[in-house]
Amino acid sequence: MSSSKRITKELTDCTTTPPPNISITLPSDSNISLWHITLSAPAESVYYPGKFGIIVQFPLEYPFKPPQITFATRIYHPNITNETNGSICLSLLKTDNWKPSTKIVTVLEAIRQLLVEPQPDDPLETRIAEQYKNERKEFEKEARAYVSKYAKGQVKFNVVDGAGAAGEGQQAGRAS
Amino acid sequence: MDTDDEFMSTVSSEEDMLPDDSDNDLSGVDDFGFDDEPDPDLDIHHDIGQKKRAPYDVKFTVYQPQDIQQQQDVLVNEVNMILDISKEEAAILLRYFRWNKERLLEDYMDRPNQVLEAAGLSQTTSDPPKLEVIPGFCCDICCEDEGGLQSFALKCGHRFCVDCYRHYLGQKIREEGEAARIQCPAEGCNIIIDARSLDLLVTAELTERYHKLLNRTYVEDKETLKWCPAPDCQNAIECGIKKKDLPRIVPTVSCLCSHRFCFGCILNDHQPAPCELVKKWLKKCADDSETANWISANTKECPKCNSTIEKNGGCNHMTCRKCKHEFCWMCMGLWSEHGTSWYNCNRFEEKSGTDARDAQAKSRVSLERYLHYYNRYANHEQSARLDKDLYTKTEKKMVQLQKESGMSWIEVQYLSSASMALQTCRQTLMWTYAFAFYLARNNLTEIFEDNQKDLELAVESLSEMFEKPVNELADSKLKVDIMDKTSYCNKRRIILLDDTAQNLAEGLRSLYLSPVWLRIKS
Ligand SMILES: [Zn+2]
Ligand SMILES: [Zn+2]
Ligand SMILES: [Zn+2]
Ligand SMILES: [Zn+2]
Ligand SMILES: [Zn+2]
Ligand SMILES: [Zn+2]
Repeated sequence: MSSSKRITKELTDCTTTPPPNISITLPSDSNISLWHITLSAPAESVYYPGKFGIIVQFPLEYPFKPPQITFATRIYHPNITNETNGSICLSLLKTDNWKPSTKIVTVLEAIRQLLVEPQPDDPLETRIAEQYKNERKEFEKEARAYVSKYAKGQVKFNVVDGAGAAGEGQQAGRAS
Repeated sequence: MDTDDEFMSTVSSEEDMLPDDSDNDLSGVDDFGFDDEPDPDLDIHHDIGQKKRAPYDVKFTVYQPQDIQQQQDVLVNEVNMILDISKEEAAILLRYFRWNKERLLEDYMDRPNQVLEAAGLSQTTSDPPKLEVIPGFCCDICCEDEGGLQSFALKCGHRFCVDCYRHYLGQKIREEGEAARIQCPAEGCNIIIDARSLDLLVTAELTERYHKLLNRTYVEDKETLKWCPAPDCQNAIECGIKKKDLPRIVPTVSCLCSHRFCFGCILNDHQPAPCELVKKWLKKCADDSETANWISANTKECPKCNSTIEKNGGCNHMTCRKCKHEFCWMCMGLWSEHGTSWYNCNRFEEKSGTDARDAQAKSRVSLERYLHYYNRYANHEQSARLDKDLYTKTEKKMVQLQKESGMSWIEVQYLSSASMALQTCRQTLMWTYAFAFYLARNNLTEIFEDNQKDLELAVESLSEMFEKPVNELADSKLKVDIMDKTSYCNKRRIILLDDTAQNLAEGLRSLYLSPVWLRIKS
């Protein structure tokens, strides 16, 4: 069973009616399974007006297996690991919960919602989660500092922590 | 040597303290309050070890696959009749309520619609499931829309093509091992697939695996049931021990397949050490494996002439082939000093405080202390293995022995009993050292160490007899000695286990275990 028909359909849907605050590019025309997403943080979130790069990799077994999502842009968030190419904890992406009829639009919407409303009780970064719960002001300050430092201007997808040109090759290697 | 006095007094105090419950031991498991107990008249219980119960013994029952199936069928039939729903639906409801029939019925009587919905059953009872070809259908999963595409939908009406449905179910069952809670593939739909729909959709091979997994949930959903972890064993064991009891008792159970394991943590029998200590200890050993690696070596040098000596049996009494020097494999001390009243091989001597003043010295002492216990723990584990290997060889020779000496099979059975005793006693000894690592130093623990010493001495001397060549084994004097020593070993093991189990049960744990060693991280 090929997943390309489904992915093509989703891509067409996303281009004809683009979801709010989201733009999609394919880094390689020959590989429909790798998407680069630019997500503008919603105005009601602490991350506004940051722009975040999100890498979507559709596995071979898609849509029976969930897409792999990573944050190319660093973000200070309880549910996203504090690193370049941070992984994200989203219950609908877990194998047990994933439904093959769930569309990528739904996933992206859930991520957008996670920026507005972090889930500190299911954290990937426990320290940030604690801070979010107990010292909200401090958390917001730090989150904004990250936005100014990492999420301003053109979104970059291949940067390895400030070093500039880590190269397309590494990215592709990771993704395949 | 006061061992004999102590032996006597332990036994008599034991008798006084045992509650006299021997008469109701065969009455089954009622006193644990199981509500789903099958009819005792069905005679599907396999009670083992229901003689007089020692403080370290727990009650348990072994169930074989047909028993497990029958218990489920009984419950499904009851719910099927009381609620007037199909057997498939009764099974789904029972699984949803984790096989708690009483709660199911109560909740269902109160609010049937909510219960059905929550369990993933919609209210309308419908026709048998079937595949359909719907004109203009497009599958939401694969986006295929060609004409004549066969499709399927559960009661919720979410329709997908048969290929996608099969792929989805195959992945859930084969890869994820899921069965009882497979939902409709539609996003946000919690309707659960029933056995009849599944049978329609997947291959017979997958259906079989599905039903096997469904069966497993019956055991896995109940706190009082656990699978026997022995490879290829399909039995389950029922035991009423609760998690909160684990600091006070080590619930060792034994399956019909003869595998003995802890009902609390599923590891091999680890009496007398409680589960939490076992966990701590194993973690520590894993973290320190580097430091302790050299110990597992099978060879050492003779302390007198330095020639290499290999250990090939379980016994610690080593005799150098070259210089005939006799020494102890564990402490490398003179063997003549062992087996007397001042045998001290099991006890770690704390150095007097003066030379352990600075941090470095302290950490060295702490490592030495750990290695002392780890050494002995690992040594019994290894010796048990060596004893077992030796027995396999001996077993062959037993056949020979019968031919040559004219002894009957029954008459050579004492060797197999001796081997069994060595295995179980070493298993216990091994864990006494992990246990001792966490012990405080007071008179309670001195009694423990004395018991440990007595068991160890008995085991080592039985192990030594066991290593004798086959022609000597046939000697009737040695045979009697081995039989005596075997029963003495078993007796010493029971005394040790009784003593520790009683102290733990009486809540002497805080007195017993040293907070200092418990605090050690790994
Ligand atoms: Zn399909
Ligand atoms: Zn559905
Ligand atoms: Zn078994
Ligand atoms: Zn245990
Ligand atoms: Zn020697
Ligand atoms: Zn010794």
